[in-house]
Amino acid sequence: MADRFPSPFDIPTPEGAEGWQDMYVYSSLFSEARHDYEDSLFWFQDGVHWPQVLTPWDATFFEFALASLSQYNTRHLQVPPANGIAFRILNGYGYLTPVPADPEQIEARVANFMDRAGFYFMNWDDLYDKWMVKIRGLVQELEAVNFDPLPEIEDADEVVKSGSGLGSGYRIQENYRTLIDLGLKLWNYHFEFLNLGYAAYLDFFGFCKTAFPNIPDLAIAKMVAGVEVDLFRPDEELKRLARLAVDSGVADAFASGDVDTTCQILKGSSAGEAWIASFQESAEPWFNFSTGSGFYHADKIWIENVEVPFGFISNYIGKLREGDDLARPMEAIRAERDRMVNEYSELLLTDEDREAFNGKLGLARVVFPYVENHNFYVEHWSHSVIWRKMRQLGEVFVKEGFWADANDIFYLKRTEVEDALWDYYVSWATPEPAAGPGRWPAIVKKRQDICAALAKWKPAPALGVPPEVITEPFTVMLWGITSESTKAWLGGGEGADGELRGMAASAGVVEGIARVILTPDQIGEMQQGEILVAPLTAPSWAPIFGKIQATVTDTGGMMSHAAIVCREYGLPAVTGTGFATATIKTGQRIRVDGSNGVVTLLD
Amino acid sequence: MTAVMWFEGYWDGMKAEVGGKAASLGEMTGAGLPVPPGFALTTTAFRASRDACDLDATLARLLYELDVNDMAMVSERCEAIRQEIRAMPIDPIAEQALRSAYEELGRRCNTVDVPVAVRSSATSEDSPDASFAGEHDTYLWVRGADNVVDAVRRCWASLFTDRATCYRVEMGYEHRSVEMSVVVQKMVRPIAAGVAFTLNPADGDRSTVAIDSAWGFGEGVVSGEITPDNYLVDKVLFEISKRKVSRKEVEFRLSDHDTVEKVELDDERGSAPSVTDAQLKSIARLARTAEKHYRCPQDIEWAVDADLLDGVNIVLLQARPETVWSKKVPTPSAGAAHGDMMSSIVSTLMNPLSSRST
Repeated sequence: MADRFPSPFDIPTPEGAEGWQDMYVYSSLFSEARHDYEDSLFWFQDGVHWPQVLTPWDATFFEFALASLSQYNTRHLQVPPANGIAFRILNGYGYLTPVPADPEQIEARVANFMDRAGFYFMNWDDLYDKWMVKIRGLVQELEAVNFDPLPEIEDADEVVKSGSGLGSGYRIQENYRTLIDLGLKLWNYHFEFLNLGYAAYLDFFGFCKTAFPNIPDLAIAKMVAGVEVDLFRPDEELKRLARLAVDSGVADAFASGDVDTTCQILKGSSAGEAWIASFQESAEPWFNFSTGSGFYHADKIWIENVEVPFGFISNYIGKLREGDDLARPMEAIRAERDRMVNEYSELLLTDEDREAFNGKLGLARVVFPYVENHNFYVEHWSHSVIWRKMRQLGEVFVKEGFWADANDIFYLKRTEVEDALWDYYVSWATPEPAAGPGRWPAIVKKRQDICAALAKWKPAPALGVPPEVITEPFTVMLWGITSESTKAWLGGGEGADGELRGMAASAGVVEGIARVILTPDQIGEMQQGEILVAPLTAPSWAPIFGKIQATVTDTGGMMSHAAIVCREYGLPAVTGTGFATATIKTGQRIRVDGSNGVVTLLD
Repeated sequence: MTAVMWFEGYWDGMKAEVGGKAASLGEMTGAGLPVPPGFALTTTAFRASRDACDLDATLARLLYELDVNDMAMVSERCEAIRQEIRAMPIDPIAEQALRSAYEELGRRCNTVDVPVAVRSSATSEDSPDASFAGEHDTYLWVRGADNVVDAVRRCWASLFTDRATCYRVEMGYEHRSVEMSVVVQKMVRPIAAGVAFTLNPADGDRSTVAIDSAWGFGEGVVSGEITPDNYLVDKVLFEISKRKVSRKEVEFRLSDHDTVEKVELDDERGSAPSVTDAQLKSIARLARTAEKHYRCPQDIEWAVDADLLDGVNIVLLQARPETVWSKKVPTPSAGAAHGDMMSSIVSTLMNPLSSRST
């Protein structure tokens, strides 16, 4: 077995992807300027959030997220052992490496961390309330950003006579910069709490593992998990709408499976009209929900692709008619959580232990709602609005002949969009023909071809030299990268006897037929009773969880969004296998042991 | 007359009527600790039969001026009493109840002439049951109603073993004061058997049930002759957190003539897990129930019975207190030692679990 992964400098460019480096900012690339430094590190591909090729503009959130995370660890909170997470893009895929703190500085960092993080833990509820206000305010600001084509002449009253002195040409550029600034602000907010949430959780986790060395990870997660979680709300809204359709007698409208037909039928009755109104009420904000991780412009968003929620609602109507009440047994979930806590507490041997257990569990439960809920507000809701606004801007450029499709804008780097806006602005101000229409279509086409070539390349799970042990707590928890998983990757993933190993993310053992789903668009292909095998799963896939038996993913840890949702739906899940989508074929029989983190290929 | 008490019908008020052994089996059944199924023939049946044939007169005659130091005399007279009892007719109502109960047990076990253990369960107003422990007879692998009836009389007769009789004389107890109930209990025919601890013997983890298991009778597991399959099951979620299936070289199984024989195992059976996941969870639940019932960590013997239906085929053979870890003075876990929450969180971040030795 090799003792290291390939060097990032030895990875060849896939055929047809020559020049891919031009799609990204130079600082996000491996470069000769930092050759020795970069070559000495261990890099893993972040398939939890970015399993697909990043288009130039989509790299924005990759960069914003990792920079914000790093900034909080390093400059705000001074997490004692951990600095940030360095990030690079290679062949279109995101690679990460945790940066440890200088051991000599740790003592000083401890004091700062105790003060700063301590303040957050002490004032968590207040600060979280403020966070909610901030994030909702931010979404409002995002919604207020608009990109309209520049007018033939400015409005006399609004612009000229108002004395503002500023016109649409200035505003459109300002709005784009505002959108970018709000994006970065959003990611600053995202990490204001997240790592602290994980730290408190890990503390409880560590205590449980010390007191009960053999306690399943899952048991710990279940004791902490919330009962009512915003991340599940979109799915709850679908169920509510399905129930409403049945109760108000308009369920037959969904029989055709076609959105337009369904809407036409609904509009023909007052009950149908009422249903549509109710749908629209749910849709804002809950259907600002991505079918993917929320990090890609191409991920479908429910509110813009009504066929997606309609399809789920139609499925739920079917289940209701079969007698399933679709209700989450809240009382039973609460009672089970209490039972677990009582039993483990009883099994502790001393009162000191019980006190520590209760204290740590208490804090973990205070902080955990953030960990569970932020995903909806940031990756789904806010990102959905940003993608929408960007498409609006893309459309403005389409009218000006800069490119053919609104989505082509995502093949420009975020700084290039400013250049194009400048070009547009100048050509409007002068007026003269813009240079863009002669420049961008060819670039967009070339980059689309490159992305298509890169999409065929299967990213190596890791690069460089793995450390003896992986200790960075967030890396273990969020990405599921452990000393064991890197060893498994070095061995090629599959054990001698057709086994894949990963995280035991959600308990249970089932056997069944696998279906490999590589992109969110394919989820409609899942058949009743199959086992979902995917690079990762998104929370918005929840509605198909009633259909499938189990889930296997390439990436993700115990606390990845996929793991949280699988536990909620009681589906066996093995996450972070590294190679599931490459090893398992659709139609193959597999056994998923979510209690032990083992997937066995049966034929 | 209540001649028969099924284990599940036991309540505290019946102890005098069924004796210590039956009471304990009844109590365990009631506490959700599934011992092999069975019933007790009560002392009422014994009394009715005894009185009907005027056994007291026989006793008075044969025990008159018994010299406990004269071993020949003791032996002769006691044998005469035992013969009398072995020949004594059982009260007809009691005998009918016994035969019906035996037949019913066979139905419950899906077996005609189900093999049973017939055990004495003595009771006395004068002395604690322990004084009689091991003094009275037990008959194993008894099959067929006639043989059960006969074994019951033999158990009754064993009230007058030489030792028990001398003991009563020496202690000045009335012979009439001791009465005999008889336990009739299904013989276990194990598919698999083994032991379970309600903590992990390797690290003392109280959240875990450790289970050793092998094919057939548990002898090989208890003696160490077989390397058993080894499992850890969480006590709260009943998740199997560790499994190690071993190559089991031999199996102790029942021969055609009701003896235990040692059989070499081929590779396929020897390497196969000896219990299913569902059975493991049931064993763990059983062990946990025993621990809660007796309020201390337990070391139990269990078996998967071949004649009982899935879901009720895990039986408890023995439960005793665990003695190694239970004796240690508990000390708080490392994580509880940190005075305040922040120090603990810092310590967690500085020494993540993944770097700790396991």
